[in-house]
Amino acid sequence: MTAPRLRTVLAPIVFGIAVVLVWQLLVTAFPAKGSALPAPFTIAGQFAASAGVIVQASLGTAANALVGLVVGTLVAVVLAVLAAAWRPLDELSAPVVTALSVIPIVALAPVFYAMFGASVETGRQMIAAIAVLVPVYVNTLRGLRTVDPLHRDLLRSYAAGRWQTARTVTVPGAVPFLFTGVRIASSLAVISALVAEYFGGPVSGLGKAITSAVSSSNYALAWAFVLGAIVTGLVFYCATALLETLALARLRPTG
Amino acid sequence: MTEIAVHVRGVDKTFRTGRGRTVDALSGIDLEVAAGEFVSLIGPSGCGKSTLMRLIADLDTPTAGELTVFGKTAPRARLDQDYGIAFQKAALLPWRTVRGNIELPMELHGMPRAERRARADELIELVGLGDFADRHPDQLSGGMQQRVAIARAFAEKPRLLLMDEPFGALDEMTRETMQTELARICAETGAAVVFVTHSIPEAVFLSDRVVVMSPRPGRIREILTMDLRGERTEELREDEAFFERVSAVREALHGSPSAGAKGVENR
Repeated sequence: MTAPRLRTVLAPIVFGIAVVLVWQLLVTAFPAKGSALPAPFTIAGQFAASAGVIVQASLGTAANALVGLVVGTLVAVVLAVLAAAWRPLDELSAPVVTALSVIPIVALAPVFYAMFGASVETGRQMIAAIAVLVPVYVNTLRGLRTVDPLHRDLLRSYAAGRWQTARTVTVPGAVPFLFTGVRIASSLAVISALVAEYFGGPVSGLGKAITSAVSSSNYALAWAFVLGAIVTGLVFYCATALLETLALARLRPTG
Repeated sequence: MTEIAVHVRGVDKTFRTGRGRTVDALSGIDLEVAAGEFVSLIGPSGCGKSTLMRLIADLDTPTAGELTVFGKTAPRARLDQDYGIAFQKAALLPWRTVRGNIELPMELHGMPRAERRARADELIELVGLGDFADRHPDQLSGGMQQRVAIARAFAEKPRLLLMDEPFGALDEMTRETMQTELARICAETGAAVVFVTHSIPEAVFLSDRVVVMSPRPGRIREILTMDLRGERTEELREDEAFFERVSAVREALHGSPSAGAKGVENR
């Protein structure tokens, strides 16, 4: 490992350890009764003790987030392709997309629960899918629109048809944009799936676990679940960032 | 009588720049390029030399006048793929390898896979990139990328080659090497070339005729016949006749032996 690379890996780790130690020190130095912010080692202990439950809850939320991510991405790509191929659709859909992007999507949770029932996961998956839709749609459409004018001239000089141009230039050029959208959407999917669980229904996810831990004043457990949520979000983010890197390496848009 | 590759008569090109204003990019252009002839368009920035090339390529349409390529209209010639083209930037597809980029036009025009692969390998050898066939553009230097672009322009053995400052972004050393190679490839293939440049020595070295243009509106000021017989080799660059032609083109550009023209490089 080279020196700069070592530094980029090591520096955040050292910083993170320092933050945890200072936190631990502060909580130990100024103990408050029934504090909602327990010491980090207490949380770590709780995390280890309830690892099984936390993993279970994380998997529950992750499953909904994953379904939402996949469905939302598929719908977004289809819409982006249509909008790129047929400009009126882009213009018609622009206000809807803008509206979608400003809906506090969790506000949809009670509505979806009323529609599909709170006991099934459909509503929560749809909320995640809607959260994913906007960033993926916007990025993919931008990618499809961003064609190097030189490439356009080149393909015109070859008398290439619409489909040939799409296949050889437009679509390969848009793929990295799509994956950037998916990376941005990945953490949104987890957050939305998690928050949607706050609105009732017998759920097996992290959101529900956090609320019930808090309502029984078990703050250490609540924070242990939050830690689980962070890990779940990171797994999603890292997995999609890896996909993006692979797409960039394969398609080399910077060349 | 020799066949005419490009015939331009009375061509004007006016661009709208919005709010009703227009810019006369080209005015009253008359030009004929014979089959197999190498013609350079030279002039200061804004003289319309690239625009003229784009009209021949049917990437833009003339506002007035007559323009034919091998006796056909420019759009017809484009659809029939009568020309190959190379731009100032290599314009390679970054997600394709060197071979994939050279195969692109042949692939689009439905040449069978084995055939186009063989042709691509042949072209890769021609431009001296034998060891780089499976590399991607970002792994190549600017000069190598431009060689790929030139190989791609030659892929379908066009009888006419349109080149818009293809060596403009290269350093002097690479540039001279590329010029020599282009001269060799052109001699081998016998293609007519319309070559846009703002380098006087480059135009003189490569061309049978040099078309000197002036700006606002873009007009042809003078057409000089180079008459430099024989092969384009490095010795030619040291030749008395070569310097004479360079001076002649410079004078035509500047209007007088001493005046300086902006936007023209004397390299």
